[in-house]
Amino acid sequence: MAGKALKTFTAPLGKDNPVFVQILGICSTLAVTNNLKNTVVMVLGVMFTTTLSSFTFSLLRKVIPGRIRMIAETLIIATFVIIVDIVLRAFMPEIWQQLGPYVGLIITNCIVMGRMEAFAASNPPGLSLIDGLASGMGYAYVLVIIAFFRELLGSGSVWGFPLLGDWWTNWAIMIMPPGAFFMLAIFIWVVKGRSKE
Amino acid sequence: MNDLMPVAVFFGSIFTSNILLANYLGMCSFLSVSKEIETSAGLGAAVIFVMAVTTALNWLVYNYILLPLGLDYLRFIVFIVVIAGFVQLVEMIIERISEGLYAALGIFLPLITVNCAILGVSLFMVIRNYNFINSFFFGLGSGIGWFLAIMAMAGIRKKIAGSRIPRGLEGAGITLIIAGMMALAFMGFSGMINVT
Repeated sequence: MAGKALKTFTAPLGKDNPVFVQILGICSTLAVTNNLKNTVVMVLGVMFTTTLSSFTFSLLRKVIPGRIRMIAETLIIATFVIIVDIVLRAFMPEIWQQLGPYVGLIITNCIVMGRMEAFAASNPPGLSLIDGLASGMGYAYVLVIIAFFRELLGSGSVWGFPLLGDWWTNWAIMIMPPGAFFMLAIFIWVVKGRSKE
Repeated sequence: MNDLMPVAVFFGSIFTSNILLANYLGMCSFLSVSKEIETSAGLGAAVIFVMAVTTALNWLVYNYILLPLGLDYLRFIVFIVVIAGFVQLVEMIIERISEGLYAALGIFLPLITVNCAILGVSLFMVIRNYNFINSFFFGLGSGIGWFLAIMAMAGIRKKIAGSRIPRGLEGAGITLIIAGMMALAFMGFSGMINVT
């Protein structure tokens, strides 16, 4: 049991990572990573949602009929996303404004629903909680790394503090859409290239 | 912002703020479906249709039901239910009309429900405060923009299918790099019309 829990926990962090192995949840990976602060808020929201929706769905998995499973999953996710949305709006209105629709779009983040379908539907609540949390963390660290480099290269700062000084010419492209695509591609390239050796 | 011409909104959402290349929405199905031109065309067409209709529907629901009742905060749930219901309908219609298309799209039709682009367009519509006509054209234009992007990508991927790609970049990696270049190209349109 403990072995399975450990395996459940480590798989999403490495060889089963939702972002760079399964290529899920790419929208927000690209959209919010142009500065570190927004990214951290976003990944906390996603971790909260994956963990609790996997847990809730696993608790209810025997009472929900197969026919309406999808819609039930969506409703569970949406409930938690609304909580995230309201909390952000109340306590961090600035970041909430910058994240714009991407908070609501956690609902359609494939990672959340993917873990519910693939794991929580057939596993007990405790394990599902671990799986949800680990998937959220697997997503989180990839985003934080990408955001770190995008903000550093694109604005010369980290967490809003100017780090590189005056000599640095900002690569404006890094905080614009193409930079996001290139950065994620490079990340995938580095990880995959290393893992096959 | 909300008194833009529908024409401006329409072309703006196709080119200057392409839903996929500028707002990154709908990436999951974009990356997995764009291997085949026929499948991409089918899914793209479905997205255009679903997006145009659900954005208009959601506008009506939001402005005539949610706002008067003060249930603004429920919009995520309500939008997703409207979209899911509508997608179910489209799925049934496609199943009747075209066996081939239904077989080709397979698991991707239900995935339209969780295609972030569809919900994203409805959320943008609320944030940008569009009126009804603009919302419809915004949905339609975004759908066409998505269709254009996925068709272009499917064509390019077909061309590069036989080329030698650095190890580790095959599949998702190279697709993302191409998407990045397409985003660069589409940035060339920015400044023509400004819809934000």
